[in-house]
Amino acid sequence: MNGEALRLDGNAAGGILSEVFVPDVTAARATCASCGAMGEMGALLVYATGMGMVIRCPSCDAVVLRIARPRKQLWLDLTGVKCVVIP
Amino acid sequence: MSSVIAATPEPGSAPSQRAAIAWRLATVVDVVTETPRARTLLLDVPGWPGHRAGQHVDVRLTADDGYQAERSYSIASAPEDPRIALTVLRLDDGEVSPYLNDVLRSGDRLELRGPIGGYFVWNVSLGGPLLLVAGGSGVVPLMAMLRHRAAAPGMANMPARHAVPARLLYSARRWEDVFYRAELTRLAEADGTLEVAFTLTDEAPPGWTGFGRRIDRMMLAEVAWPPAERPHVFVCGPTPMVEAVAATLVELGHDPARVKTERFGPTGGS
Repeated sequence: MNGEALRLDGNAAGGILSEVFVPDVTAARATCASCGAMGEMGALLVYATGMGMVIRCPSCDAVVLRIARPRKQLWLDLTGVKCVVIP
Repeated sequence: MSSVIAATPEPGSAPSQRAAIAWRLATVVDVVTETPRARTLLLDVPGWPGHRAGQHVDVRLTADDGYQAERSYSIASAPEDPRIALTVLRLDDGEVSPYLNDVLRSGDRLELRGPIGGYFVWNVSLGGPLLLVAGGSGVVPLMAMLRHRAAAPGMANMPARHAVPARLLYSARRWEDVFYRAELTRLAEADGTLEVAFTLTDEAPPGWTGFGRRIDRMMLAEVAWPPAERPHVFVCGPTPMVEAVAATLVELGHDPARVKTERFGPTGGS
């Protein structure tokens, strides 16, 4: 599978993230826990599969957030994000 | 900080979303054939909260056995249009687009949620100049921006569009693959502040005077405003095209924070 071609923008995660966050977080700014870069979540890099999404930092490529819905449950891993500022 | 974050509600912009995005049942009110492989679904969505140009919806199909497939589609219509327009390119091996293209007809219902996305959005109050770069079906959210620009009410007796010069560079394989051909031509003819440039990568009709190659550095330098004019740039299309265009624009001196991208993944169909 070609990882290049599967890469999307943070914007593409807006739908599934709306199941967790009430405000729209694609325009929120997130700080990467790995390198400290801060940017709009819409500008993060999304790697989508059928089950969910891995969202990476465009500066250091570390995993910022993982979200998946393998069955009825929603899984959210936020260890890669230090802080989210929601406008 | 992007001015998107500080945007306040005004004509053409939805209020900031503080309510959860619900799944809604839309009704297809009309279907327009755009190209041999794409058509536009015009939808009535009860309770629709309004959208901003550039946003998308998630569409969910449920099979008889409960299997569900979800896909994202950009909204093609302006916020000023009461109907929601989705232009869907038919992917032969797709799970969702063949259904939307071949099966759905007026009166049918469709489950969707939205509007989604506060990043890849533009409204006239953000100003310009506005540079839009589309690859294939990536033109859809950019068309919503141009339709909004044309429909937005003016300020100080001047149509809003005159305050925001705009250019669209649109790459497609062939002329018959170009979405919204007649409307784009009409908009550009009626508006001296809008320029539309096409490039056809595979085959051009006889007498073609537009570009005939993939978007490259020379083409971007020719079509884009100088970086000093600080255009708002929106690039949408297949992932490799979007990344190449965005990187080239930054090399040409454009501020990366003003170059916003929407990657369509491997199946953008340019």
